Parts: sequence; structure tokens; C-alpha cells
Amino acid sequence: MIYLDYAATTPLDPRVLDAMMPYLRDSFGNPSSVHRDGQRAEAALDTARETIASVLNCRAEEIIFTSCGSESDNLALRGVMLAAREKKRPWLLVSRAEHHAVSKTAEQLERYFNVDVEWLPVDAHGRVTPDAMRRAVCDGTALASVMLANNEIGTLNPVAELAAICRTRGILFHTDAVQAAAYLDVDVERLGVELLSLGAHKFYGPKGVGALYVRQGTDLVPHLTGGGQESGLRAGTQNVAYIVGFARALQLAQEERAARVAHVQPLRDQIIGRVLEAIPDSQLTGHPEQRLPNHASFVFKDVDGNLLLQLLDAAGFACSSGSACKTGNPEPSEAITALGLPRAWSLGSLRVTLGKDSTPEQVDSFLLFLPSLVEKARTLK
Amino acid sequence: MSKVVVAMSGGVDSSVAAALLKQQGHEVIGMMLRLWSEPGREDSNRCCTPDSMAQARRVAAKLDIPFYVVDAKDVFRETVVQYFLDGYARGETPNPCLLCNRQIRWTFLLDHALALGADFMATGHYARTQKTEHGKIKLLRAVDDAKDQSYILHVLTQEKLQRALFPVGEYPKAEIRRIAESFSLPTAARKDSQDLCFLAGDDYRRFLARHTPQINQPGNIETRDGKIIGRHSGLANYTIGQRKGLNLSSPLPLYVIAKHAGRNLLIVGAAGELGLDELTARGVHWVSGDAPAESFRAAVKIRYTARPLTAQVTPHADGSRATVKLDVPARDVTAGQAAVFYVNDEVLGGGIIA
Repeated sequence: MIYLDYAATTPLDPRVLDAMMPYLRDSFGNPSSVHRDGQRAEAALDTARETIASVLNCRAEEIIFTSCGSESDNLALRGVMLAAREKKRPWLLVSRAEHHAVSKTAEQLERYFNVDVEWLPVDAHGRVTPDAMRRAVCDGTALASVMLANNEIGTLNPVAELAAICRTRGILFHTDAVQAAAYLDVDVERLGVELLSLGAHKFYGPKGVGALYVRQGTDLVPHLTGGGQESGLRAGTQNVAYIVGFARALQLAQEERAARVAHVQPLRDQIIGRVLEAIPDSQLTGHPEQRLPNHASFVFKDVDGNLLLQLLDAAGFACSSGSACKTGNPEPSEAITALGLPRAWSLGSLRVTLGKDSTPEQVDSFLLFLPSLVEKARTLK
Repeated sequence: MSKVVVAMSGGVDSSVAAALLKQQGHEVIGMMLRLWSEPGREDSNRCCTPDSMAQARRVAAKLDIPFYVVDAKDVFRETVVQYFLDGYARGETPNPCLLCNRQIRWTFLLDHALALGADFMATGHYARTQKTEHGKIKLLRAVDDAKDQSYILHVLTQEKLQRALFPVGEYPKAEIRRIAESFSLPTAARKDSQDLCFLAGDDYRRFLARHTPQINQPGNIETRDGKIIGRHSGLANYTIGQRKGLNLSSPLPLYVIAKHAGRNLLIVGAAGELGLDELTARGVHWVSGDAPAESFRAAVKIRYTARPLTAQVTPHADGSRATVKLDVPARDVTAGQAAVFYVNDEVLGGGIIA
């Protein structure tokens, strides 16, 4: 099996597992406890928080640990909007091509929590442009949320520019950096954001742990109430081993970033070039240059994307489509829909994402098989 | 050893089919169809509820086989549901499961299976096949007569049957349950429902009213000699042989004996007028590929759940029609249902009652 779905998740780096093991085996203390066992756990937690803070260029207490990237997005949007609602009915600005963790939370806030949502349009590459942001902001806008890199189509948003527009108007800015953190700089000062979401398993850390950066002074309503952990924003005993693993994985991602980019980017370019050349009626989705270095995504005319994935799986290649759905529902995702493609194209999406263990041989083998499998999927349609 | 796709439903029969094939050493792939239901009812289609999909997925994980869901919503709506609506528009009582088996399961899904490199496709149907010395495949009743589903499979051509495996047809149902237990597979069968999957629990009359209100208009109830004796609420609401719910005042009990779609008439008559001893089957499919040259004695099933009736079956010259002369008249000969011809355990063919 050749794994080409690193945007879905990545394997645990053995170095990360090594860092986690002591906290799974011996140091089981509760970080909130007074005794030495608790202190050791707390020290591990503090160290992890500081490591992450140094990568993000922020203060340790601005890191809130959560269970995953989705939870971080939920805490950011719900926490900020519920706090803003205390003053007056606020507006939330959200892009049309966000992860469900953001878009579904926005819909819920609108439906149940007296929040108005304005949807930012995206261009044909799935980007939110500074112009669109300037047009959309208004006096009542409390928060804007635009992802750093799109998980489905790989497009990078000009977050620093967008956040600057918001900052001059006193609007808080959240970015979902879950997909981006494996390959992009996530310096919150350079980005100029108030909130940023991370999930560890996208960069060789464990599943089940994430974080939200919350700039000091940002007002949030707590998300889980209870014991006052995580600056009172997210109660519950911390998952120490996983948090330690998260920190180690992010540290490695930072240290090896340049090498990892240099490894995957030429392979990505080979995939994009060869697919567009060899497969008739194929089109790249997302931005041709401003995209994640490990991310190639396409639509094929008159192809059922789910069927293509099944054919690929049967042939030994693990990939993904825009509609990451095991139930056979062919409906294209919001991100693909937002690109404005005709239906004959939008149903046939394919995402190929590389990782640090991808090899040129794997890519060659994939490129050898793909054209005939697309053809097969077309004849079955 | 072959590569076999198993059409899975999450139920005990197709789960056991997959387990048996895996045990025999085949490379097994599970597949499930996602079928059409009305918007808002998608999750209630009996053949592919989220529950049954989750169940099938668990079985596949247990057996360590790949599992894929194939979307067939559009093609199902265009063929099977349309056939159902068209049948009622003609005043018939169609059996859309026949068309689903031919067009969806054994064409659409089979094509997918072959595209994945499968040599065979298996289902959890209770039926058997047997290869003759000439390389043809015979379709046979299941070992468990009470569970036999060969009626619904009579539409399969030789080409499809060459690819078809029915592993559970060789066992009694009780044995299938034991096998399921021995593999620690879920044994709880879904309630056997006669309802069509795409009705999603709704009544077919309400479904028709929503989709083709024009075909089910009120009209007159007449006797065979043309006397108007009442009003009906729409032909689709009645079945041949029905007595209750006609709202007629008559000294004798009256039964629905025929429908006349062209004039929107419901024809009723006394018990003595009910029952036919002869019917014509149209669009007859012969499992062997060739119509028998001569008239033959057969056991004929005129509905899925009916008891076989002894009869003389005479194929017409071109083979696409056959006249069935029943030894004893039957009360529920219903246009649109299939008449399927059995000789001993073998399904020779069948057609739609004209």
C-alpha cells in the first residue's frame, strides 16, 4: 500500500513516541496535584507549553491545550462570539471554504446563539482576497476566521494581510492552521492573529491532541467548565503524554521544515505536471503557486470521485477526495463548490498529499497507474 | 482462489456470504449500494440506512476485508423508481425489485466489481447455481425452500450468472445463523419487510400521490357488464382479489377482478368471477438464453411469496412471450408481477404478467 493521504493524517514519528513513553508508563501524575508526581506532570506540561510557544512566538500562557484541531476551532469561534454577544449582537465573518469545524460552528452560532454570520467569498483558487475582506468587514464584526491553508485544495490564504485589515478596525482574527503547521511558518506575530488552531496528528504527532493560541487580553467564554485548567478556558485533566508528544512533533516540524519542504515540493510538482499532461479533462484545484508544498488536488470531468478512490485503493494507493465521505455520497464539499466548477467537474475530485516518507518511486508508481484508473472510472460513469 | 466482491447489506446473510468466501481462501471485497430515497428520507432507505452501513462496515472490519460504498442514487431513481411509477400509470402492480436486481445490483454494481478486478460477485440471496457440462449455468432453488429467493433472480442472464455466487443458498437458514455465530458476526436480521426500500417506511399510495398525482384519479367502479355501481379513489389503491374497502352496497360480497387503466375503471365481480386459469407473460427471460422448443409442465410462482402453482407453459414463437395455463384458477393473478417457471428445482425463466 502506498500512502498518499498525509493531509488526512500522518504516522507517529518514533522520536515523538519516545518522548511520550515516560508519561504513558511511569509519570502518571495529575498536573493539578500538589505532590511530587503531580509536579512532575505539571513540569512536563509547562515544558511542552513553552516549546510550542517558542515555535508560535508567543507566551506560554497563551497556549490552550484541547483534544484536537476541531475543538480548537470550536473554542475560538464560540468562545469569542459568546463573549462579544455580551455587549451587542455581533457579526462573525467566515470564509466559504473553511473546514467544517469552523463552518458548522458558525452555522450553529447563527441558528441558536443570536450571532449574525457573513460568508466571505473566495476566488477561483479558493482564496479570500484582501478586497473581499475590506468589503465584508463592518462595525459590528467581532471576529473573522480564515484558514491559513485549505485542507482540500491546498490553497494558502494571505492571512497576514487579511489580519492586518481586521486589526486596524479592532476586529479579532482567527486562523485555522491545522493543515498548514506541518509546512508553514506559524509565527503569530508575523501573521498578526489573535487566535490560531493546531492539531498534532497532521505533523507526525498523536491524534487526540490540539491547541488554540489565544492572544493575551482576548475575551473568551470558557468552553468546558470545571476545574479551571488551561487558564479557565478548557477544564479537564490534561492529556500529558499526548501534549508532550504534540510539543515534540511541532518542534521537529520547525527544525526540519526546510528539509521537509525541499523533499515534498519537487514530488508535488511532478504529480501536478504529469497529471495535467497525461489525463485529458483534468484540472488543478486551488492555487497553482500559493499552495501547500505537499499538496496536489485535482478535478476530473465525468468521474465519480468516490469510485476513483475505490479503484485507487484496490490498486494499492491511499488517496482522498474533496468529499471525504465513506457513505458513498458523491456531493462535492463546500470548498470544491465554492470554486464555482460545473457539476460534471466538481464530483470528480482527488487529493494527493505527500509526507516526509514519500519516495520518488512511490510517486512514479502512482503516476503510472492513475491515468488508466481515471479512464476506467469514466467508462463506469 | 479468486477475487470476489460481496454485495453487503449489514444483515446476517450477506455477512455470512462474505465470511464463507473468505474462509474458502478467496480475496474478498465488500461493497454496498447507496440507493435513492426522497429528499429528507435518504437515511431511511431500508437497503442502505446509516445503521446497516455501519453494520456492514463492522462486519468487513471483523473479516479484515476492504469495504466500499457505491453511489447509485441517480441510476436507481431513473430506472427502478421510474419503472415503479410507470407500472402504476399503466394500472399494473409492478415489482421494482426485479428491475433493481437486473439493472442496479447485477449491472451497475457488477460493473463496479469487475472494474476493481473481481472475478465474481456474490450476494446473500438464497438461491443456487449449477454448471452444466456445456458450460451453461442453471439457476436453482435454495436448499432452504422457505427462504428461497430464486424468484427475484430469474432475470439474470448467462453472462451475469457466470459471475454470480450465492454462498448461503447451499445452507438452511438455521445453519447460516450458526455460521454467523461461529464467526462472531452479528446475527440479528433486520425485520423482513415487504415494503419497497425507497418508500422509506411510507405508504406507496402517498408516495404515488406525491410523485405522479395525475395517475391515481378517482373513477367509476363497474361490473363486468358495464353497470356503474360506485366510485373508486384511484386504481393504484386497489389490488386484484381485494374485497374490503370498496364501500359498495351489494347483497353478495364483491371483489376487485380487473383494472382498466385506459378508462380508469375498477371492475368488480362476485367470488365466482374472480380467478384466472390462463395468463400471458411478456418480456419473458429464459435463464438458459433460449426458449424451450416445446410446451412444458412447470410449477409457476405468480408473486414473490406465492406458493407455486402447477401449470402448462407454452412459449410463443419468438420466445419473448409465454402462455401459462394454470391447472387450478388463481385469484390473485396480478398484472405487473412476474410469473416465474420452475421445473423441479430449476428456474427456467419468467416474465411479467400482462
